[in-house]
Amino acid sequence: MSERKHTLSVLVENTPGALARIAGLFSGRGFNIDSLCVAETLDPTLSHLTLVTSGDDLIIEQIIKQLRRLIDVYKVVDVTEEGEFVEREMALIKVRAEKETRAEVLRMCDIFRCKVVDVSPRTYTIEVTGPQSKLQAVIELLKPIGIKEIVRTGLIAMRREKKGT
Amino acid sequence: MTGAQIIVEALKREGVEVIFGYPGGAVIDIYDELYRTPEIKHILVRHEQGAAHAADGYARSTGKVGVCLVTSGPGATNTVTGIATAYMDSIPVVIFTGQVPTKLIGNDAFQEVDITGITRPCTKHNFLVKRTEDLPKILRAAFHIARTGRPGPVLVDLPKDVQQGKAEFYWPEEVRLRSYQPVYDPHPRQVEKAYRMLESCTRPVVLVGGGVISSGAHEEICELAERLHLPVTMTLMGLGGFPGTHPQSLGMLGMHGTYYANMAVANSDLILAVGARFDDRVTGKVDAFAPMAKIIHIDIDPTSIQKNVRVDVPIVGDCKRSLERLLTVIKEVARPEKIWREQFKDWWEQIEIWKKRYPLSYKQEGDYIKPQFVIEKLYELTRDRAQSGQIVISTEVGQNQMWTAQFYKFDRPRTLITSGGLGTMGFGFPAAIGAQMGNPDKLVVDIAGDGSIQMNIQEMATAMEQGLPIKVIILNNGYLGMVRQWQELFYQRRYSAVKFQVIPDFVKLAEAYGALGLRATRPEEVEPVLKQALESDRLTLVDIHIAPEEGVFPMVPAGRATTEMILV
Repeated sequence: MSERKHTLSVLVENTPGALARIAGLFSGRGFNIDSLCVAETLDPTLSHLTLVTSGDDLIIEQIIKQLRRLIDVYKVVDVTEEGEFVEREMALIKVRAEKETRAEVLRMCDIFRCKVVDVSPRTYTIEVTGPQSKLQAVIELLKPIGIKEIVRTGLIAMRREKKGT
Repeated sequence: MTGAQIIVEALKREGVEVIFGYPGGAVIDIYDELYRTPEIKHILVRHEQGAAHAADGYARSTGKVGVCLVTSGPGATNTVTGIATAYMDSIPVVIFTGQVPTKLIGNDAFQEVDITGITRPCTKHNFLVKRTEDLPKILRAAFHIARTGRPGPVLVDLPKDVQQGKAEFYWPEEVRLRSYQPVYDPHPRQVEKAYRMLESCTRPVVLVGGGVISSGAHEEICELAERLHLPVTMTLMGLGGFPGTHPQSLGMLGMHGTYYANMAVANSDLILAVGARFDDRVTGKVDAFAPMAKIIHIDIDPTSIQKNVRVDVPIVGDCKRSLERLLTVIKEVARPEKIWREQFKDWWEQIEIWKKRYPLSYKQEGDYIKPQFVIEKLYELTRDRAQSGQIVISTEVGQNQMWTAQFYKFDRPRTLITSGGLGTMGFGFPAAIGAQMGNPDKLVVDIAGDGSIQMNIQEMATAMEQGLPIKVIILNNGYLGMVRQWQELFYQRRYSAVKFQVIPDFVKLAEAYGALGLRATRPEEVEPVLKQALESDRLTLVDIHIAPEEGVFPMVPAGRATTEMILV
C-alpha cells in the first residue's frame, strides 16, 4: 500500500498536557509527524491543531482512531480525504543580499509576492506565505543566493466550502 | 471542606468500600481523613506495586472500580507496572498519587516526580489537580472514565496544597464530557450484515476475548453459540467468558492454545471476534492468520478493529449490546436450529477429528510431579466451585499461567484473573489479595512459579494482617521456566540466567510470615497436600516441586503461523 501525506485537523481541549498526549501518541506508536501547528480557536476552551503525517491507509486509519480515543480530543478530520481544501504555510527566510544580489532578491520577492520584513546591510529577511509548493519553489530559488536561516510555521489547512448555490 | 475531606467524601459517593495503599508525606492529609472514615477500609500493603495489583485484582474479580492510594515520588513510580498491567487488560482502576505542593512542582522537590507525564502512555487518562475547587468534578470524571467505554486505569495526581486547601463540596449528578462519548449501541445494519455472513458461512469460529467478560456478555455468547451451533475459542483474557466444559468449547487459541482451536481458526471461513484485539500471541504470523476467513469484529474500542488484521464487518459497540442485537435478528429470522446444525455438520466432524488427534495431554509417570497433573488435581478438588463461580484463580506469568489456562476449566466469568497483555510477573499474589477482599466468601487461589512469587512475596504480610485465607500454589521447578523453555527450543539449551542458585525454603518462609506452609515432592503427595491447603482457613503456601524441565505445549514459535505448532 502506498504511503501518502495526510493533513489532519484536530480540535482538542485546551488543557495542559493535551499536546503532550498527542505528541506522545505519535512517538509511542511509531507514527510520523511531518509538521504540527497549534493555536487557540474562537472558543478559548478548545485548541486547533493541524498535523501533517504520512502512512498507508491502515496507518492513517489507526492514527485517526487513536487520536479520537484520547479523552481530550474533541474532533478529528482528515482534511485530505474530505475533498477540496486550502492549505497555507508561512516561512521567514533570512537570505544573503550583497551588492550584486540585492536587486535579484527583491525581484524574486516581487514575483512570488513575498514581503521583506527586515533589512540589514548584508541580508534581507523575507516573509513568504502560500501552499507548500510555493514555499518550496522560493526556497529552491533562494538557495544559490545563500539562505542564512529559515523558520517555517508548519502547515495549516481548511476545507473549501462547496461552490454554487 | 478541605481538599482531603472532599476526596474522601467523593470516594464514599462513588461507593468505594476498600482502598489499597501506602502512606507518605504527600498524602498524610488524606490518610488523616481516612482515619476518621471507618466505612472505607484501607488495606496497607508492603509495596506500592502490590497496591496497584490488588486494586486491579479487586476490579477484575468484582467488576467494580479498584482504588489505590500512594504518596508522591517513589510511591507513585512504584505503581507504574500495576497501572500498565491494568491498562493493557482494560481494567477499571483509579490511582491517587500525592504530589508536592503546586508551587514546588517543577523544582525537583523532595519526592517529586512528574507522574502524569510518566503514566500518560499507560493510563486511559490522567489528571493533575491544580485547585481544590476542581476536585469534585475531576474525581467524578476519573471514576466515570475508568469504568465506561473500554475500561482502564485513571490516575489523579493530588498536590499537597490542593489537599489542604478549602472549597465548597458539590457532587455533579452526571458526568458530561464533550470529548469523551463512547459508543455502546452497534450500528444495526452492521449487525444485519454480520448475521447474513453467519448464514452463508460453512466453517465459523467464535473468538471470545476479555471484552466479553468486562461487558458481562457471557450469557449472550452462550446463547448465540448454542442457537447457531458454533464452535467457540477463547483468548487468555476471554477464558471464563464461555464455559470451558461446554461441548462447543475449543479452549484457548494462540501461542499455547489447543491444537484444535488453532486448526479451526486457521481453516475457518468466518471468525466472529467479540471483545478480542488480535494480539500477536493470538494471531502468530499475521499474514498467515486464518487466510480463508472473513472477519466480523465486535469491539467497543474502534482502535482495536483493523489494527492487526483486516476486518470485513466492523461493529463498534458494547459486546453485550451488540450480541443482544444480533440475537434479536436471529430470533426475528427464526431459522430452524436443524438448518444451522446441518450447515455446520461437516465442520464439526472435522473439528472432532482434530480434537481426537491431539487433545491437550501429558503423562504423569515416574517420580517427578507434572505441573499439569497439579492443575488437574486442583480442578478436580474445586470443580463445584469452578462451575458455580465460587472460586477466583489468579496466576503469575509464564509456564504456571499457561498450564493453568490449558488445564483448569473456567466455566464462569471473572474466575480467572491473569496479566494477559503486559505479562507481569508478580501480579498474581497481590491481585489475589484484591480478589479476596472483594469476594470474602470465595476460594481464592494464586497459581505461581518459584520465580514470579518472589517478585511480590512481601505481600504475604499484607494477606496475614487482613486474615485472608488465600492459597498460593507454587509450581516450583527451580527455573524461570518459560525463558528456559525458549532457550531449550530456540537457543540450543544455552540456559543463560534462568537457574536460581538460591531459592528460599518456601515452607519456612510461609511460617516466618505466620502462614501455613506445605510441600509436595512426590506425585502421591499432591492430592493430600492440596486437600490440606483447601481445608485450611489460613493463608497457605504450597510448595510443589515439579519436573524441572517440563515445557508448555502445544507451542507456536513467536512470529510463526499458528498452524506451525510444536506438539508434545
